[in-house]
Amino acid sequence: MAEASLAGSKNDTSNVTRKSPVSDTASGAGGVLWQRLAPWALPIAILILWEIASRSGLVTARLIPAPTSVAAAFWRLLLDGSLLYHTLASTQRAVIGLLIGGGVGFVLGVVNGLWRPAETFLDSTIQMVRNVPHLALIPLVILWFGIGETAKIFLVSVGVFFPIYMNTFYGVRTIDPQVVEMAEVYGLNRRAMILRIILPGALPSILVGLRYALGFMWLTLIVAETISATNGIGYMTMNAREFLQTDVVLLGIIVYALLGKVADLATRAIERRVLSWHPAYQGQEKGTP
Amino acid sequence: MTLALKSSHTAQRLETRQSAPPVNGLPLSLSNVEKRFGALSVLEKFSLDVPAGRFLAVVGRSGGGKSTLMRLIAGLDKPTSGTVAIGGETVEGLNPDVRLLFQEARLVPWQRVGENVGIARGPDWQETARATLRDVGLEGRENDWPSVLSGGQKQRVALARALVSQPRILLLDEPFGALDALTRIEMHRLLETLWTARGFTTVLITHDVAEAVALADRVVVLREGAVALDIDIDLDRPRRELADPRAVDLQRRILEAV
Ligand SMILES: Nc1ncnc2c1ncn2[C@@H]1O[C@H](COP(=O)(O)OP(=O)(O)OP(=O)(O)O)[C@@H](O)[C@H]1O
Ligand SMILES: [Mg+2]
Repeated sequence: MAEASLAGSKNDTSNVTRKSPVSDTASGAGGVLWQRLAPWALPIAILILWEIASRSGLVTARLIPAPTSVAAAFWRLLLDGSLLYHTLASTQRAVIGLLIGGGVGFVLGVVNGLWRPAETFLDSTIQMVRNVPHLALIPLVILWFGIGETAKIFLVSVGVFFPIYMNTFYGVRTIDPQVVEMAEVYGLNRRAMILRIILPGALPSILVGLRYALGFMWLTLIVAETISATNGIGYMTMNAREFLQTDVVLLGIIVYALLGKVADLATRAIERRVLSWHPAYQGQEKGTP
Repeated sequence: MTLALKSSHTAQRLETRQSAPPVNGLPLSLSNVEKRFGALSVLEKFSLDVPAGRFLAVVGRSGGGKSTLMRLIAGLDKPTSGTVAIGGETVEGLNPDVRLLFQEARLVPWQRVGENVGIARGPDWQETARATLRDVGLEGRENDWPSVLSGGQKQRVALARALVSQPRILLLDEPFGALDALTRIEMHRLLETLWTARGFTTVLITHDVAEAVALADRVVVLREGAVALDIDIDLDRPRRELADPRAVDLQRRILEAV
């Protein structure tokens, strides 16, 4: 999903990329409209076929509910407030976990990137721990923290820590040494060097880390919430499964997808803002005044 | 010996010819400088004296140690033996009176042009940056990102950045090497104007013998770690005449030594 939309945004950034070797048969005003609508044609067709299949009894509605019944479930849960309640519960865990794990990852990444002794001391340990799939820690985490909030926030923190740490470290390490040397020649002190040269230079990489981290964040949360929770989207879907409310299960999955998409759009907006110096973003800067 | 006598003579002539040039530069002196990288000896017993305010060009083959020489003068590296002195004082490290233009512009991509020029954030840096950008012909570009500039414009920004702090020695390490011929000539005129107005001691490194003869009042050929030729360029300024037979002759002599 992320890849598809990435390619899409690349295409509309400049008209140069439109001159692709792939031939455009449609042209003129009708062509533009077609290009707008074309990506939606297949999903809509699938939805319609699915609805028909479900209503005609071709597929068991109990296992695969029709799109309209998912929409109905959405409306029902929206009205009784439970959808908002569970979504907020999940989002809260996600954000707290991201702040803790991401914050620690960022600080350690910067410190290890700048200071060799810290790297020697910490990095190999971190690399070793990184190879443990963090979801494998679930039984242990439940033993440590029980099934309360702490356990889930801990898991999310661990999940987001590694991508943020790795990319921050990499970003700091791969700053152009020639630029750093130039800044030294011009007498920048340590503080100015870090704030004006190193961190902004590492930012593209840090944001890549953030994107990965957001993926891990939702993934961890889904698993953690389905195992042990009394609220949240994961709980909502597991609970619905027990009552065979397949429509709610499907709705939960869609909500997860939407939350992931929102997080992705948010990072992209941040990137456009803070990376406006980057040649890759300059077309977009001009496009959005 | 005769060369040294001749060059001090030329210095006097230059001073009388230019209408009261600001003597702002610092003298530069290298004596018996040796620089090795492990087993590789790049400079061997290299000695050179540049009086204050002079324009020296250093010509040599690729990999001959020209950049290394620059880094020693700038205080970015230490000689294996021998001394580098600026204004009579031995160079121990970076010196704010010395500014260096690298082969690449080395602009900070995430800082706007004005912020790049005012990188040291001195007092009134924004105003100073704007004024200096005007001096190098980039008026009103302070809010652009470096990535939208052409190669020549980038080097102009780098030049402005070097000039902001009123350097007394300007080192140029082939800053125009990657530019096209026309832009290069533009940059030569700009540099000559700035040098005449500000009077900093200039050391220009170049592959291009014509460039050396067009700009410098003395050319040194660096070969096998030592000075192979030290020659005065006794031509009137401004040197617009490309086909001046004397210039052509000087170029030929330098090329033979390289
Ligand atoms: N830090 C270093 N460590 C090891 N060797 C080095 C280092 N810096 C330069 N050298 C070597 O010193 C020699 C001279 O390099 P230098 O960059 O001074 O050449 P140059 O004359 O500037 O060449 P060019 O005209 O191509 O820029 C080269 O052989 C280079 O490999
Ligand atoms: Mg060089």
